[in-house]
Amino acid sequence: MLSAEDRRLLYVLSQDCRLTVEQLSIQTGLSCDYIEKKIQQWEKDKVIVKYSVLINHEKLEDDRVTALIDVKVLPQRGQGYDKIAQRFQKFPEIKSVYLMSGDFDLCLVVEGKNMHDIAQFVSDKLSPLDVIETTSTRFILRRYKDFGIEFHGEEERPQRLMITP
Amino acid sequence: MKQYLSPLALSLKPSGIRKFFDLAATMEDVISLGVGEPDFATPWVMREAAIYSLEQGQTMYTSNAGLIELRRELAKYLAKHQGLNYNPEKEILITVGASEAIDLAMRALINPGDGVLIPDPSFVAYAGCATLAGAEVHYVPTRAEHDFRLQVEDLQLAYTPNCKILVLSYPNNPTGAIMTREDLLPIARFASEHDLIVLSDEIYSDLTYAGNHTPFATLPYMNNRTLHVSGFSKAYAMTGWRVGYVAGHEDFIQTMTRIHQYTIMCAPIMAQVAALEGLRSGESAKREMIMEYDRRRRLMVNGFREMGLNCFEPLGAFYVFPEISVTGLSSDEFAEELLKEERVAVVPGTAFGPGGEGHIRCSYAYSTEQLLEALNRMNRFVKKRL
Repeated sequence: MLSAEDRRLLYVLSQDCRLTVEQLSIQTGLSCDYIEKKIQQWEKDKVIVKYSVLINHEKLEDDRVTALIDVKVLPQRGQGYDKIAQRFQKFPEIKSVYLMSGDFDLCLVVEGKNMHDIAQFVSDKLSPLDVIETTSTRFILRRYKDFGIEFHGEEERPQRLMITP
Repeated sequence: MKQYLSPLALSLKPSGIRKFFDLAATMEDVISLGVGEPDFATPWVMREAAIYSLEQGQTMYTSNAGLIELRRELAKYLAKHQGLNYNPEKEILITVGASEAIDLAMRALINPGDGVLIPDPSFVAYAGCATLAGAEVHYVPTRAEHDFRLQVEDLQLAYTPNCKILVLSYPNNPTGAIMTREDLLPIARFASEHDLIVLSDEIYSDLTYAGNHTPFATLPYMNNRTLHVSGFSKAYAMTGWRVGYVAGHEDFIQTMTRIHQYTIMCAPIMAQVAALEGLRSGESAKREMIMEYDRRRRLMVNGFREMGLNCFEPLGAFYVFPEISVTGLSSDEFAEELLKEERVAVVPGTAFGPGGEGHIRCSYAYSTEQLLEALNRMNRFVKKRL
């Protein structure tokens, strides 16, 4: 069970991972020493996996296409899905791999420069794999919200009075 | 035309906030720390529930006391989270914000000339509502050296035999002070001994950053003696919806409901629907807001202390109340010069009663970027005067 202190630290860190240890200490009320040790421990235990940045590629007019590829696989005797999933995750084009409930077994998130790129990946790399029974590819047309952040639509600007009791 | 006005209404002092509001409104690039409401919009689940109810044509009056579903859910919530037990049929009244509940309580209980004890500094409405009901206001000073917690000795000094109501408002606006169970016990004994009714405004109770909030009505023998006032404005970021409530002994609540029935009829139905949704599913959104406030609170206290100002650590609400007398300025002068020089709006402590002198109220219901910029500007301002 996560302690209230650690929950606080993780919260502040997840809001802005660029804060220094001193700034984290101010905003959490925990000592620098504690924070340093805790973060090191979390990094070592892979609780903190990576310090990343969320980019809105549309703003950069940087062409890229994302597809969700549902995959039905033929599980291998004694190996189950894990072995197959591990094979998929080696492809750099595949950004995420999920085991799913429902009609398909795995869901892959694949990124490429354009649709052609992804089509080629599916036909050249994915489909020939002996473990694959069928695939179904759907392209993402627009990203409205990702990682809890809204990318489109009007930003909410609540109008508050300047001074209220 | 003043001769037509009632002397009682004329005796109401204009709010000390007004002057700064007018001044700030004429300026550009002002960062305001003067706002007593969350910077978050109401959580979407609650807004969505209200929108849906409008689509369904839920636009009618509700019963005077408020939607029974809301009162039942509220009774469950109060029992589960605060250890308070009220009968939703008879002991809870939904009001138009906690402010209406304060007004109703004063009107229901006060005979002309009765005394009302009010901690100083505190929210501006208590004295106003007490005065309008014909009461005599007795301020009870609270002090920085006690972290602005009400002391029974000060209560004793302010008390006169005509006193009937004691107002408590913890976590406190403007100081951010809280009172623990141990702090409240002697106050409860005092209330018993002097037969006082306690009007406990606990609207900031969810915004408590150390330990659990103690509702006054949970103290021994205080249940019948307490009017528990709260609302959805602060913790659920619902200020503009105007929905609050009061819970207490059936005799009190029924009389207050009668006054409410003639003056208000009922709280707006869409606001009640949104509040109901908040109780049912707003908990996680609320918790996230509290985490964010807590982080900003620490940032602010640290900022003021680094400037060289005394700033006690507020453990509730979303205000810090630093002491600015070392600058040689009064609260009013400080706020006015700060606004003109650095374009930061704060509220002078005196707007909340004479005991606020020497302090300013700064709200941290703003983004961290705004808070850091405001601290920066204030640092420049203070350094010139130390």
